[in-house]
Amino acid sequence: MSVLRAEGMCKRFGGVSALDGVSLSLAAGTVHSVIGPNGAGKTTFLNLLCGIYAPSAGRVFAGERELTGAPAHAFARAGIGRTFQTPQIFLNMGALENVMAGRHLHERCGLAAALLCPPWRARAERDCREQAAQLMREVDLGQWLHAEAGALPYGALKRLEIARALAAQPEALLLDEPAAGLNARETHEIDELIRRIAARGIAVVLVEHNMRLVMGVSDRVLVLDYGRALAEGSAEEVRRDPRVIEAYLGAEALAA
Amino acid sequence: MSAALLQYLLAGLTLGAIYALVALGFSIIYNASHVINFAQGEFVMIGGMATVSFLGAGLPLAVAAALAVVVATLVGLALAKFAVEPARGASVVTLIIITIGASILLRGLATLVWDKKIHALPAFTGEDPIAIAGATIVPQSLWVIAAASAVFAILWWFFNRTLAGKAMLATSHNRLAAQLSGIGVRRVLLASFGMSAALGALAGILIAPITFTSWDAGVMLGLKGFAAAMLGGIGSGPGAVLGGLALGLAESLAAGYVSSAYKDVIAFAILLAVLVFMPGGLLGARAAERV
Amino acid sequence: MLALAAALALLPLVFANNYHYEVAILVGLNAIIAVGLNLLIGYAGQISLGHAGFFGVGAYGSAILSARYGWPQLAALAASTALTAALAYAVGRPILRLKGHYLAMATLGLGVIVSIVIATEDRLTGGPDGMGVPPLAAFGAALSGERAWYALVAALLVLSVWLALNLIESPHGRALRALHGSEVAAEAIGIDSARHKVLAFVLSAVFASVAGSLTAHYSGFITPSRVTFLHSIELVTMVVFGGMASTFGAVVGAALLTGLPQLLTVLKEYEMVVFGAVLMATMIFFPKGLVPSLAAAARRFAR
Repeated sequence: MSVLRAEGMCKRFGGVSALDGVSLSLAAGTVHSVIGPNGAGKTTFLNLLCGIYAPSAGRVFAGERELTGAPAHAFARAGIGRTFQTPQIFLNMGALENVMAGRHLHERCGLAAALLCPPWRARAERDCREQAAQLMREVDLGQWLHAEAGALPYGALKRLEIARALAAQPEALLLDEPAAGLNARETHEIDELIRRIAARGIAVVLVEHNMRLVMGVSDRVLVLDYGRALAEGSAEEVRRDPRVIEAYLGAEALAA
Repeated sequence: MSAALLQYLLAGLTLGAIYALVALGFSIIYNASHVINFAQGEFVMIGGMATVSFLGAGLPLAVAAALAVVVATLVGLALAKFAVEPARGASVVTLIIITIGASILLRGLATLVWDKKIHALPAFTGEDPIAIAGATIVPQSLWVIAAASAVFAILWWFFNRTLAGKAMLATSHNRLAAQLSGIGVRRVLLASFGMSAALGALAGILIAPITFTSWDAGVMLGLKGFAAAMLGGIGSGPGAVLGGLALGLAESLAAGYVSSAYKDVIAFAILLAVLVFMPGGLLGARAAERV
Repeated sequence: MLALAAALALLPLVFANNYHYEVAILVGLNAIIAVGLNLLIGYAGQISLGHAGFFGVGAYGSAILSARYGWPQLAALAASTALTAALAYAVGRPILRLKGHYLAMATLGLGVIVSIVIATEDRLTGGPDGMGVPPLAAFGAALSGERAWYALVAALLVLSVWLALNLIESPHGRALRALHGSEVAAEAIGIDSARHKVLAFVLSAVFASVAGSLTAHYSGFITPSRVTFLHSIELVTMVVFGGMASTFGAVVGAALLTGLPQLLTVLKEYEMVVFGAVLMATMIFFPKGLVPSLAAAARRFAR
């Protein structure tokens, strides 16, 4: 059964159609890439998949539950996490606190407990801190445990955002250009990280321009062009699809 | 149309024109700096009070009014240069507190330079009411409406037809792009404070013969101008005019038909309702948030 | 925290007369409001220019229920606090969807409406002339004397700071700070941003309301001048002056902005000018507020 399923998603801004009838079905533990030229509607599609936008037409399900039109936090509650093209880090907090905030859905804490901080709350707070620290070490941010988020370099912010999304224990994780702006070594780390995330059974949607990364980690690839699905299949099938070569990959694909 | 209704509409229009002038000041400064200038009301006060004192010194009304506008403009420029510009890069709320400090300072200066008494300014051309279809209007109201209309037209022309005006608007849309195309953001900031101060002062001079003026006359007018600017959609010129007129009319009709004690309550309740249903004001931008 | 409690306990040693106590009590009451308002402005990043309205509902609620209807003071205080919370919740739900200056305008409008209603309904509130309020009493004993009041206010201030610090270091506090940092990212990790904004709004309103009730009982008299939008702005200024997102900053801001005008009265007619100039200069040179700016400077110095 699919973890996340979108049917015929459309999004219009004013009179302009940004996305037109795109569908997707995600299986647990797989990596599903969405590629396409700039302006093809990739980020719009992600925003629809996680509830930041409500679709103009189409439906979206997490498992059996329909989420169409629900607020973004309800999508998160249903197990859908995401990162952003430009990292949306809480710069007014510590790096570790960013990841702790990611555990929001899993902390049991009423208002009275938050205000009075009884001993069990203090223990829960320590546990939360320890688990967040563990996640930071897993994404190789151990050296930044005590830093303010604003002090981290760009590549570290990208990984911090992934750690924060993982802290919510999602079933599906949407990554918007996780390798953008990273050097070769950092991109390789992201590659490894995506494989580890999928190995945990999390379904990954990857929007990315780095074709080497996409072709290497993807189980399936969806190609968007002008807001429509141009092709979908395994990396190999997409790579060979003449329409894709013509519309998008062009010389780049032949060279690779 | 009943005479009473016409009477309320005329009063509302007069009041609304003043609010619109003050609201335009808020919007112009907002466009240049994204700051809400809480000292805007003090420009209104300076306009009225300075005219009163120049008049007292024996100058003719027109000269006294012109000098008062000059004084207010200089104060506006000084505020931009010595208070807002040095704090560039600070958060918007910090900048707002700076303008609040400026408004306290200016009120304090007003009590020193002038006094704490209430002053009247003579009407520009007589006090005899003019009858229109059973309603009456004082000549000063006509002055307010005519002068405000002229200012709206001039401002429209300036921001839509002149290079300097378009450059000022460009800065508000994209500061960096404006800088790259050679528009001096510093000068735009100064110009916006100068213009807003002049507009405020003009409003203060026009309204003083009707409502009197004093060292704290700017507080309420500033508040109403801010409300008018937000009602229309902050940063929008036509929005400021529409917001001002709508607020003035709402207040006047509420005072006439419901209760004069509750006129402001009704005006602000309408404002709240509009904002809840139109979160960007009547003519405000409704841009989608991008991530 | 302990330092604050110790300072409040030792402060009476330097108080020479009742006037010093009076100023300290007013500082304490304002500091309670500022600590609460800082949760909304400093941590959740949402402005309110209407908190004098909530102060007014607390003050007049207590005054009317105890003076006109003979309620016991603590019951009146509890009822007016509940009323404030209900009002803040009802109004907060729709208006907290507004952003930035539009939220500022809506809260300002709310405050203005409350203040006009209070000034107009003179049969209940005494109108512009104000009304008398019976002293605070509980269990048959009235609280009287500056020392007793100082002890009560100091204890409540310490309690307020403790509650605020606990909240900030809890999942709720992180949610507030997160939606300030990036609302869209906060939603993406499951934070219901609307609900948390309303939570901060209601909590800060409750702090203001309780302080309002106590102020009314302490002064024995309340007028609409304490409920105007200028008072709302004064409250915001305390938070920003001391330093946003700093609970101790809020206390310092309240102390300076309450105490400074008392000191400046010696300047007589120059008081407003100097106060305005000090406010401007502080914000120009310490744009992040006094406490965070000085703390950063101290850290640099220590290195």
